[in-house]
Amino acid sequence: MIEIVSRERCIACDRCVEVCPRNVFDRGADGVPVIARQDDCQTCFMCEAYCPADALFVAPLAFPARPGSPLRDEARLAAAGLLGGYRREIGWGRGRTPGAKFAVGPELPATPPPIVTTVTERTEIGEGIGDTISDEVTR
Amino acid sequence: MSEPLELFTDVLVLGGGPAATWAALKAAQAGADVVLADKGYCGTSGAAASAGTGIWYVEPDPEAREKAMASREALGGYLADRRWMVRVLDQTYEGVNELATAGRYPFPVVDGRPLRRGVQGPEYMRRMRILVRRAGVRILDHSPATELLTAADGSVAGAAGHRLQTGEPYRVRAAAVVLATGGCAFLSGTLGCHVNTGDGHLMAAELGAELSGMEFSNAYAIAPEFTTLTKTAYYSFATFYREDGSVLEGAGSRRGRSVIARALLREKVYCVLDRADAETRARMRRGQPNFFLTFDRLGIDPFTQRFPITLLLEGTVRGTGGIRVVSEDCATSVPGLYVAGDAATRELICGGFTGGGSHNAAWAIASGTWAGQGAARYAAALGRGANRRPATGAGGAGLRPTGTPGTVAHRDVVAAVQAEVLPYDKNYLRHGDRLAPALAALHGVWREVRAGLHGTGAEAVRTRQAAAMTAHARWMYTAALTRTESRGMHKREDYPDQDPAWRHRLLVGGLDEIWTRPDEVAPVGPEEFAALGSPGLAGASGAYLRAAS
Ligand SMILES: Cc1cc2nc3c(=O)[nH]c(=O)nc-3n(C[C@H](O)[C@H](O)[C@H](O)COP(=O)(O)OP(=O)(O)OC[C@H]3O[C@@H](n4cnc5c(N)ncnc54)[C@H](O)[C@@H]3O)c2cc1C
Ligand code: SF4
Ligand code: SF4
Repeated sequence: MIEIVSRERCIACDRCVEVCPRNVFDRGADGVPVIARQDDCQTCFMCEAYCPADALFVAPLAFPARPGSPLRDEARLAAAGLLGGYRREIGWGRGRTPGAKFAVGPELPATPPPIVTTVTERTEIGEGIGDTISDEVTR
Repeated sequence: MSEPLELFTDVLVLGGGPAATWAALKAAQAGADVVLADKGYCGTSGAAASAGTGIWYVEPDPEAREKAMASREALGGYLADRRWMVRVLDQTYEGVNELATAGRYPFPVVDGRPLRRGVQGPEYMRRMRILVRRAGVRILDHSPATELLTAADGSVAGAAGHRLQTGEPYRVRAAAVVLATGGCAFLSGTLGCHVNTGDGHLMAAELGAELSGMEFSNAYAIAPEFTTLTKTAYYSFATFYREDGSVLEGAGSRRGRSVIARALLREKVYCVLDRADAETRARMRRGQPNFFLTFDRLGIDPFTQRFPITLLLEGTVRGTGGIRVVSEDCATSVPGLYVAGDAATRELICGGFTGGGSHNAAWAIASGTWAGQGAARYAAALGRGANRRPATGAGGAGLRPTGTPGTVAHRDVVAAVQAEVLPYDKNYLRHGDRLAPALAALHGVWREVRAGLHGTGAEAVRTRQAAAMTAHARWMYTAALTRTESRGMHKREDYPDQDPAWRHRLLVGGLDEIWTRPDEVAPVGPEEFAALGSPGLAGASGAYLRAAS
């Protein structure tokens, strides 16, 4: 779900308002878009891909994050390099090469290959950034 | 509410994904004036834009093509038609090459040769939008269609809908219409599919179009629990575990997916991609960066840490049923109405198996091309002024209730439909004893919908979505109960075997009363194909249906 429109970073270009396929944003009075219909968000990350200012953050959850979740903490996400992360990965933006150019995945095996890594501690989703997923979502 | 926007055109394309953009591009290249209306934004909307797709792109080398055609034939229960496979492979090859040259899609180059077997969604659809605009197509974004318009003779004459960002209704009067509104995933939360609620199927059925293969509508995809990331290819490198850390035997991404469904009915299932070596891991990141969005953001190392998974219904998106195609140019049985992509049945190339991973994307390109060209030809034949025919709205359920308006809310309808179609023990692990009561409940929902569901403006978009999902679910389960065997993805616990007597496609249709009948066009498997002298199907000759009798 879309969680953050960074007031600090946004350049009020309205691109996200235009491209969001679910029409989640409204134009804000001061130019910074507002998340008007978060319920309609389909967690597709497309707005992030198009934002030229790395001002958006879509939490990778199908439900809103709880108040106070690290997934709503702009400073923390920015420090972790997660704002604008998708745009960087697909190589969009000035001076970057489209990721499509390098998109050569592994051959998919017909039958599962042998296990090659050791499983470490079982992790509930969200643990890596502080909490567990069940605590992370509100629904 | 402001005055309705009214546009006149030759060809109206509904949808904004691959199928719609190929249709619009090809109709415009054929000389037609084209309007494209999308529910979302053409370029980001639909399954392909956010997911990205492998494509059934096969070099025109006889051996490679033979292998490609044979690959899913048995899995699909031999319901496909090799004549269609031949032409889809040809058309896809041409289309993808055009995307590379005219569309300048940056395909990777390996050992000096371009690799064109897959596309990243955002890049693909951004470029399709550019091609469509350059061809002079007028695009209406954020403009879901809510109903088709018909002329007095029963042919299609355009569509009406609502512009979400301006709050105004719109009507587009057209000589021909291409439906490319995608499949139906029942708002299950699978990646990019909230827009795919089967609206086109309902609109087509209201004009009398038939559907086919609706029993093959229960594709489920793996996603990390609580997320939307249903990218499933890399689970080939996974091991699935129980809560206590023991391996879930028999579970797998491909054939073992039903084992996962069965386990999920009782317990949590965990997964780790522990079969990927360092080289494979690096390639995965380059191949599908969106696969890692969830893991990176949640701080999970999917290669060494177990994470809980779920299965999300993808209905007729990665299932194969849809509106029946009656000719080589992807016409439907409604004059002037053409169909492309996931809105159409893909049984002609997939049989009863999923089209995910390659076939669906190819079908969107090929069927989009033919539907666009067919619609342009039809419009040209009708001549100028065809789009000025008197036209009336054909929408019923959710728009024009037969009883007191407003007795039922669209949210409740969606919840009631989801309660019948999402559960694994009803839709995935099928049994007549569970399907029959589910269908009865859905019929009850439909009666309420038909009598009292009502909305205007933006609300009408939601009431129509709810009505479309209800109709979709009823076609699905009617077909599923009728096909008393297991074939393709349709597996019946009470009929576990494939029955040779059932080797035909099944048509379904109707709204208040639902009917089924066998398709009179027989499948063309390898043997039939060889016996026919391995012919192709070319142009709009009608040979496809004639070959039937
Ligand atoms: C996660 C995922 C991965 C996939 N991977 C593969 C793969 O690797 N290979 C493969 O072959 N296939 C794959 N598929 C399937 C593939 O994405 C689809 O077959 C393909 O997108 C079909 O294109 P389409 O244009 O018919 O539908 P979509 O891309 O779904 O587009 C439908 C369009 O219709 C619009 N629309 C809906 N209702 C209305 C309305 N009422 N009015 C106007 N517009 C409307 C939507 O806004 C959208 O733009 C995948 C699907 C998913 C979900
Ligand atoms: S994630 Fe998708 S649906 Fe949600 S706000 Fe962004 S673009 Fe819109
Ligand atoms: S796309 Fe980014 S910069 Fe532009 S308005 Fe939206 S948040 Fe602001």
